[in-house]
Amino acid sequence: MREDLFLKDYVDRKSLERVQLQRLRETLERVYERVPFYKRSFDAHGVTPSDLESLADLAKFPCTNKNDLRDHYPFGLFACPRTQVVRVHASSGTTGKPTVVGYTADDIGIWSEVMVRTFQCIGIRAGDVVQNAYGYGLFTGGLGAHYGLERLGCTVIPMSGGNTERQLMVMRDFGVSAICCTPSYFLHLAEQAEAAGVPIQKTRLRKGVFGAEPWSDSMRKRIEESTGISAFDIYGLSEVIGPGVASECEAKSGLHIFEDHFYPEIIDPDTGEALPPGEQGELVFTMITKEALPLIRYRTRDITALHYAQCACGRTLVRMDRISHRTDDMLIIRGVNLYPSQIESILLEVEGTEPHYQLIVSRAGVLDDLEVKVEVTPQVFSDEVRHLEALRAKLQEKIKSLIGLSAKVTFVEPGNIERSMGKAKRVLDLRENV
Amino acid sequence: MKIRQLSIFLENRAGRLAHVTGVLGKAGVNLLALSLADTTDFGILRVIVDDVETARRVLQENHIICMVNDVTAVEVADEPGGLARILELLLKNDVNVEYMYAFSQRQAGRAALVFRFDDPDKAVGALQEAGINVFAHVDLL
Repeated sequence: MREDLFLKDYVDRKSLERVQLQRLRETLERVYERVPFYKRSFDAHGVTPSDLESLADLAKFPCTNKNDLRDHYPFGLFACPRTQVVRVHASSGTTGKPTVVGYTADDIGIWSEVMVRTFQCIGIRAGDVVQNAYGYGLFTGGLGAHYGLERLGCTVIPMSGGNTERQLMVMRDFGVSAICCTPSYFLHLAEQAEAAGVPIQKTRLRKGVFGAEPWSDSMRKRIEESTGISAFDIYGLSEVIGPGVASECEAKSGLHIFEDHFYPEIIDPDTGEALPPGEQGELVFTMITKEALPLIRYRTRDITALHYAQCACGRTLVRMDRISHRTDDMLIIRGVNLYPSQIESILLEVEGTEPHYQLIVSRAGVLDDLEVKVEVTPQVFSDEVRHLEALRAKLQEKIKSLIGLSAKVTFVEPGNIERSMGKAKRVLDLRENV
Repeated sequence: MKIRQLSIFLENRAGRLAHVTGVLGKAGVNLLALSLADTTDFGILRVIVDDVETARRVLQENHIICMVNDVTAVEVADEPGGLARILELLLKNDVNVEYMYAFSQRQAGRAALVFRFDDPDKAVGALQEAGINVFAHVDLL
């Protein structure tokens, strides 16, 4: 079985596209017949499943977005009887109701399969001891990774998030060789390991499987240089399946999308037009094998580009660029576009500054104000006010010269910036409340 | 003849100083001298305590950023011109004072000041040569 899964990543594109078209057609027919929302939506756009003659025809069909899921809360978009749904997950909504997703037994099988392929991409093998520090529960991260690791034949340690001291004890005592968690939580673990006098280098940890939040290449460099592990980016979202949508391989030049299950497109986020390969736009997925919740052209709000050339690793699967930002992440401050990842890169560049930060946008009168809160670490702390002031001036100057915005940098104590589920809360936009 | 000082990062927010001194107090650490350098956004609290190791440990346990560094405690005559004499001596020896603050306890006619010098060894040499008393940590307890 393992060999079969492996081969799926290397299939020639012609055969792959044949399979995709067949699955796509079946999926459109199924949702048109079984999900009243899609019946209405296709009819309103004057399309029927038989209009799909080639993969490119998918662009004629309407998109689905997060509001459609909310409007049909909790089970309204399911394409199978509720009794066949063996699992639900939900993502915490920042406003109102959570987004609920469901899985049949076969969907759970697909999920395990794409997670096995994710770990194979990263070079994790049967026999590895893997610490799974993604949260277990309604969040998809914990159980998604767990099922894949078990099916691959790893020894899984189901740690879930939090309890740093115990995480480090287990990492050392159990001979952990790979860890799954958010990159910001891993940095926290590394700091604490260093403080306890047992740095990560002295453990057997070699690989990190990092996802669930956007992170930059400079953060990767920092993780790899300071801990000696190899850090991999994985991509997923609960609406599509959870983790396991795409993964970096050892070539680390983009993330391979498991497109025999999740058919990707790139569209212009403003006009909805489909964009050609290589062009940056909003990533859209159609789930072509899922039974419980096959969404058609689901808009992820993540901005990336697709590349179809064969990867150095030999895989033929399409690659997406690492997510640099989301359409709803972008802040417009005094007319300047700002993505939190830009600030993160600057903090990382300036020596010794750890990326626990928060952007606070407010409006006093007519002008927007940007404050960048940065947690002080033992590495940057100095006994002298002028050294800290110089560091602050340097950060402000970099933000001004690279982004063109005057920002106020404020140093705060560790733990000041709120963390939810291991994800730091990066942006606080207070302008709506003014 | 250096004594160990703790420097502590403080956010400029109500209750932070009370929190830090509370942590030290609960651990039974006594403050012998302190000074607070502040800007509009943050401050640095510098303290001389009776038990540096305990103080550092409890601060770290409470995720309070701190560092230990060396300063010099100098006896100053408690009379007009007492401090000026010392500063002139240091100036003559080309030693700069980064910052300084006073001890809370003093005995009749005598006071002690904490100095952070750019060149502590040179400063101590010059002071001792001039017959000025420089304290070791133990003298302060």
